[in-house]
Amino acid sequence: MTEALLEINGIHKRFGGLHALNDIALTINKGEIYGLIGPNGAGKTTLFNVLTGLYQPDEGKFTFNGRDLFRQKPYVVVESGIARTFQNIRLFANMSALENVMVGRHVRSKASVFGAILRPPSARKEEANIRIRAQELLDYVGIPQHAEELACNLSYGDQRRLEIARALATDPKLLALDEPAAGMNPKETEELKALMQKIRNDGVTILLIEHDVKLIMGLCDRIAVLDYGKKIAEGLPEAVKSNPRVIEAYLGVAPE
Amino acid sequence: MNLIDIFSRQRKTSLISLGLMLMILPWIISHGFESGNSYLRAFDMALLFIMLSLGLNIVVGYAGMLDFGYIAFYAVGAYTYALLNSPHLQALLPAWMMYPPFIVSIILAAGIACVFGIMLGGPTLKLRGDYLAIVTLGFGQIVRIFLTNLDRPFNLTNGPQGINNIQRVHLFGLDLGRPVQILGITFEPVHLYYYLILFFCALIVVVSLRLQDSRIGRAWVAIREDEIAANAMGLNTRNIKLLAFAMGASFGGISGALFASLQGFVSPESFIMMESVMVLCMVVLGGMGNIPGVILGAIIVSITPEILRDVINPLQMALAGRKVVDPETLRMLIFGLVMIVIMLVRPEGLWPSSRRRAELKPQTKGIALQEKDDMQDAERNHD
Amino acid sequence: MDIFLQQIINGLVVGGIYALIALGYTMVYGILQLINFAHGEIVMIGAMVTISCINFLVGHNVNLSGPVLLTVSIAMAIPVTMLLGYLIERVAYRPLRKAPRMAPLITAIGLSIVLQQAATMIWGKNYVPFPAILPTDVLEIGGASITTLQVAIIILTAVILTGLFLLIERTKLGRAMRATAQSPDVARLMGVNVNTIISMTFMIGSALGAIAGVLVAANYDQAHAYMGFMVGLKAFTAAVLGGIGNLGGAVLGGILLGIIESIGSGYLGDLTGGFLGSQYKDIFAFLVLILVLIFRPSGLMGERVAERA
Repeated sequence: MTEALLEINGIHKRFGGLHALNDIALTINKGEIYGLIGPNGAGKTTLFNVLTGLYQPDEGKFTFNGRDLFRQKPYVVVESGIARTFQNIRLFANMSALENVMVGRHVRSKASVFGAILRPPSARKEEANIRIRAQELLDYVGIPQHAEELACNLSYGDQRRLEIARALATDPKLLALDEPAAGMNPKETEELKALMQKIRNDGVTILLIEHDVKLIMGLCDRIAVLDYGKKIAEGLPEAVKSNPRVIEAYLGVAPE
Repeated sequence: MNLIDIFSRQRKTSLISLGLMLMILPWIISHGFESGNSYLRAFDMALLFIMLSLGLNIVVGYAGMLDFGYIAFYAVGAYTYALLNSPHLQALLPAWMMYPPFIVSIILAAGIACVFGIMLGGPTLKLRGDYLAIVTLGFGQIVRIFLTNLDRPFNLTNGPQGINNIQRVHLFGLDLGRPVQILGITFEPVHLYYYLILFFCALIVVVSLRLQDSRIGRAWVAIREDEIAANAMGLNTRNIKLLAFAMGASFGGISGALFASLQGFVSPESFIMMESVMVLCMVVLGGMGNIPGVILGAIIVSITPEILRDVINPLQMALAGRKVVDPETLRMLIFGLVMIVIMLVRPEGLWPSSRRRAELKPQTKGIALQEKDDMQDAERNHD
Repeated sequence: MDIFLQQIINGLVVGGIYALIALGYTMVYGILQLINFAHGEIVMIGAMVTISCINFLVGHNVNLSGPVLLTVSIAMAIPVTMLLGYLIERVAYRPLRKAPRMAPLITAIGLSIVLQQAATMIWGKNYVPFPAILPTDVLEIGGASITTLQVAIIILTAVILTGLFLLIERTKLGRAMRATAQSPDVARLMGVNVNTIISMTFMIGSALGAIAGVLVAANYDQAHAYMGFMVGLKAFTAAVLGGIGNLGGAVLGGILLGIIESIGSGYLGDLTGGFLGSQYKDIFAFLVLILVLIFRPSGLMGERVAERA
């Protein structure tokens, strides 16, 4: 039943003297929502960047879906099926929402320069499909009405959704979300939660960094806790919640 | 306003009338003015500059890379054409290589310019912003210096004198260097060249439009907007940027070849850095990333000095009764002032693309910026 | 060996001048992230005004020794270029501070053209000879010869550079300049009048440019309305070579570029078996630049500068 999708082992990442990731190992199973929490500066985003190919780890093992992705370029990582969003939204600000999602289809389409210039039927068909798929995804995340608007003119919550749609456009097996609920009001957070569950039910595994403990606890199947670049706990939400090391990391003191 | 619309059915009539107007334009010009033929030449040059600025627009406007040496590709195209179509290398090259069919010359010119583009882009694309600008500037200088000095140890470029006696274009059995009678109408060479260049110009406009509306064009813009995000979306940013350089360079090569064939001679003089700067001005003045805007910019920047040439002297005579200053100097002075004023009044260009008006606004993003830098550094270290 | 020494000396002279001009580029860039394309023209105007002043004084039989005459004339040219630098910033750059990044670049190019043409109107299209008022003694050092003018250029450059560093590092103005370069917004919050600082930066850079322009003209015995372009280009290259935005880098880059060029033109023929002669010295300079940037993308002394595009 549980089949490993992503496996990392002994991952290290150093920035000069800073040991940002120290011997991290974790396994994400197919179909689960896996939470990653930790205090600020614990290395969550660094781990995220390693997993999505933006950072190259110094040492360790990184396999995804049976493929070795250690020190691979981001485009190889995306092509293998990992897509991400950013903590501080990074949309293509001056492109329309639809175009943003269409860029996400890049890795799943192949028209060359000649295809683009000569426009043979195959290229036309591909382009039409890109457009259709992008519109579908906007529907899927709930912002079809904003297709022609510039990304920078969307509301904050809609930008978050657009980023998810753009990531989904790459047909990921693992969707990595970096604090998607940051800055959202409770209603938006609730909607986001529903969206994530919908995505999971449609067969996409989710890796989630989040500060909102309530959201994490109510959503995730398993959780890992990072502190000072080390994994200090992993397991079911309830177990992690009562783990003394986790409480210490968050509150700064050991519980009585 | 989007040119794509023009190609839709509703706009077909306006497209046809635009085409007709461009077809009869040379007749209006050469018969309407005293110095009509020299104006028509200026129009030929303007068309070449439209092609050049559309090429540079891909690099600067879409992919967001500042290129100060773009004219080098124009030079490469021009010299490629010149060497193949003049007696200069006849003794060196085997006979079958000399005087190839026109279209072969053009393709070769585009291809070789493209190779130069890749040669320049390959090692330098990692550089950012102004560093890339200065490296491309250096590249432009290097090409020009080689053109000026490669008359020794063996005479490839004929040095500062340049290459003369470039054969006129022969196409479909027509010699474009001589007046041709068709249906009782005499087409002067300057007309024939106008149509030839107009054809290629239209071709390049279409290619530009199609690229803009393809996954490649979107990838270029995405990289300009946010390279890290583009990377994370699975774009092979290095190759896509290289492609922008290569495409821009081939556009430059084609217009260079046409320039050589129109001019009949080429010399390093035509490829100084000021020309690169002028093409950049066309792109920015018109409206970066917007094809109609870039075309407008190219027309204004290339035609204005020509018009000033004819306006200034009568004006001076009328106002002061004598020639106060050298007209050549005055027209360049006015030209410079016009550039400044346009930019002050419309910093985003005369005709910016409606959807990308906010482009390249300086933003103080603080943390986000730092993060971007960290990532790019991390990547660079890995490379 | 004496040829080598000779090339080093020549390189040092030219390099010192490049350094002076490069400082103008780098100071502006450090604060505004803007290539002040018109800086080369400031250099040219500085040279031209000085020459005109000398000719005027000599023409009116002012009886002064050469160096004094030159000093007086430079002292008259400096305010002119400072005013020009100030005006350039006010007219062409300040209104565009919030505009797309390319816009001020184009106004800068426009200004360059305007200044060149204005200079052509005033001083003509031909070379303007530098008046022969300076002593032309030649000193011999270890088989290499150096003119007193060259010695003076080296010393003067060193003095000015020291003065500038003291200004930047030790004075209140310098501190404000450094703060503005770090972060204009924070500097403003701390009570620095950023606009004044930017104006001051332009004026200081222009003053250095005027001096450099005179030195260029004196060194080559002539000036020209279009001389600013190439000199400016080289100096900007030097600034990037050293790491743009970094004052020490500009000096290092300038001197290195001068020496590289000089040695390059001296030995390029031998190095390449006669294939490339001294006419390729510019290529040498640019090749070095490209190589440096490929291996050290922020220049020799550059810190990582955030691209604020």
